[in-house]
Amino acid sequence: MTTTPDLDLSRDDTGDFSYDVDYKYDAGIGLTEETIDYICDVKGEADWIRDFRKRALKVFKDKPQPTHWASKDLEAINFDEIRYYLATGQKATRSWDDVPEDVKKTFERLGIPEKERAYLAGVEAQFDSEASYSNMKEELSKQGVIFVGPTEGLGEHEEIFRKWFGKVIPIGDNKYSALNSATFSGGSFIYVPKGVKLKQPLQAYFRINAENFGQFERTLIIADEGAELTYMEGCTAPKFETATLHSAVVELVALKGAKIQYITVQNWSANVFNLVTKRGLAMEDAEVRWIDCNIGSRLTMKYPGVVMRGKGARGEVLSIALAHDNQHQDTGAKMVHAADNTTSNIISKSISIGKGRSTYRGVVSIPKHLKNCKNNTECDALLINTHSRTDTYPAITVRGLGNTTQHEASVSKVSAEQIFYMMQRGLNEGQAMSLAVNGFVNDLIREFPMEYSVELKRLIDLEMEDSVG
Amino acid sequence: MSTLEIKNLNVGIGEKEILKNFSLTVPKGEVHAIMGPNGTGKSTLAKALAGHEDYEISSGEVHLDGLNIVGMEPDEISRAGLFLAFQYPSEISGVSIANFIRAALNARLEDGQSINAPAYYKELYTQMDALKIPREFTSRSVNDGFSGGEKKRCEILQMAMLKPSYAVLDETDSGLDIDALKTVAEGVNAMRGKDTGMLLITHYQRLLDYIVPDKVHVMYDGRIVKTGGPELALELESKGYDWVKEELAAPVA
Repeated sequence: MTTTPDLDLSRDDTGDFSYDVDYKYDAGIGLTEETIDYICDVKGEADWIRDFRKRALKVFKDKPQPTHWASKDLEAINFDEIRYYLATGQKATRSWDDVPEDVKKTFERLGIPEKERAYLAGVEAQFDSEASYSNMKEELSKQGVIFVGPTEGLGEHEEIFRKWFGKVIPIGDNKYSALNSATFSGGSFIYVPKGVKLKQPLQAYFRINAENFGQFERTLIIADEGAELTYMEGCTAPKFETATLHSAVVELVALKGAKIQYITVQNWSANVFNLVTKRGLAMEDAEVRWIDCNIGSRLTMKYPGVVMRGKGARGEVLSIALAHDNQHQDTGAKMVHAADNTTSNIISKSISIGKGRSTYRGVVSIPKHLKNCKNNTECDALLINTHSRTDTYPAITVRGLGNTTQHEASVSKVSAEQIFYMMQRGLNEGQAMSLAVNGFVNDLIREFPMEYSVELKRLIDLEMEDSVG
Repeated sequence: MSTLEIKNLNVGIGEKEILKNFSLTVPKGEVHAIMGPNGTGKSTLAKALAGHEDYEISSGEVHLDGLNIVGMEPDEISRAGLFLAFQYPSEISGVSIANFIRAALNARLEDGQSINAPAYYKELYTQMDALKIPREFTSRSVNDGFSGGEKKRCEILQMAMLKPSYAVLDETDSGLDIDALKTVAEGVNAMRGKDTGMLLITHYQRLLDYIVPDKVHVMYDGRIVKTGGPELALELESKGYDWVKEELAAPVA
């Protein structure tokens, strides 16, 4: 059943709109063992998954909020008022024509089918708790590539995924990884066989449509020996009066000589708590690279990490965070060197506008017994106007001989004189700020795939236009 | 009506009055020079004309070909045709000169119009060659790590590309060696003609050896106190500004 679409075009082009959708499955409000049973029953999951979820629920309930170091704003999340599972009950289809009308309209407005035709190897589009569309080019399935959701991944390909599921990020890693482990639904489970190199990216799009809702997608990507892939995720949600929770867990496994590039374009609305745990495991000569861009949300806490377990492994985090009025981007990176000759690189750029706040937290660890490990860390902050705040908390532990680290940090401001100078050349205030921000992130954006940097520049322009009254 | 007409302009910063009933008219096609000692309000005039928010205009009018620009936003004033060559141009890191000028030109286009890239670069290179700016500067960040002379040449380049109806050049000669001064002067002279009116603000007569103005105005204590031809600049150079101050004091004494 469809109702008249409730359209809000006030912020042209961004994700701030929602349609009324009939949900067939709704786990109700609050989180108990019954909620878990409901989710397991709807999904028809195996007992070991049900046990995993219930163990996780206990850990989640027992673990306190990490407010001794993180933002007190976390206390504003009321776990008893959140809906943990919402689905239309229709299985993900391989054709956009079969996607329910309102859901399809949402993704069309976000330009997903168009991008798929233009440059993607496969797409999964998640609407609240479940994927409504999932398709991959035929040639990839012939090569043995698997691109499914967690229910199918753990249900039909248990022999591939169970081995690594919850191993890179254990249940008890933090309160929110436990929450995700209890309630996960949707996300991507990907396996790329030995030596298969994907030329085009796989993309997932995560859309929150409902109010008071928690989205807990779970992603596990395994690149077998010598395999290569790029995965992109995009996210949006409409602006609601109440808080919405997005808490994902993303585990990457790059086996010997494999390369995984994971790209995030996050454009959450300002009511979303975005608390995500992301970590990759890089075996011998493997490479894991996170490109992470955080625009929007009320509070984002995300520190993508790489554990370099094999000799010669490489880890990289390139991140951009943009914090607007009343937003807090608490982001960073974790690099754990666990073998000789491993190399890591962190480049973080944050932009704080108005009362926006950016925090960088970094952990780099190179233990004493390792040889020839290198880390480079650069974090640059840009402040636009005097109310902005930025903090940097780097923790670098480098021991042993022959290991090196390099750390550079800078804070710069866009001054009123710079804005005046640009305006004197005819740019309006929004264009001037946008140009300054683009200039600040330019050298980093050059490292990104082209389609992604175009999208990012467009988002920055929209944000800066919005920031001028 | 083809004039930059400043009428009884009063400008202050905070409580301090700086321009006092300042009046001046620059017809299109002419080059006028304003000379005066330090602290007399020359740079205040430049910033106030361009609409800088720190400079409060309490009364008076500024007409750009008949359009009163007082109270307009700096970008609107720019697009209306007034260009300011800054004494201390800002650095914009990460933004190349080519992209910056292109953005400024784009801001002048109607919705749906776009810049023809090959034609744009052709023009940019022609103007850069004339100003002896090496080609590699197109990809350098605006004013980032530039020498004083490079910054000033970059200002003149922007003026040449944006083709304003009126240009105010604030102390463009300061910080330039003689070769750079000549190059900048050539750039300014190349723009002289019926389409542009120019106001040169300078402390020294030196610049006026290379850009011969149609009129020279002497500014003192927030207003124009003396106007003459190019010879007035030479007279000032030999007699110094004290001469003007004494002359002003004389009738009162």
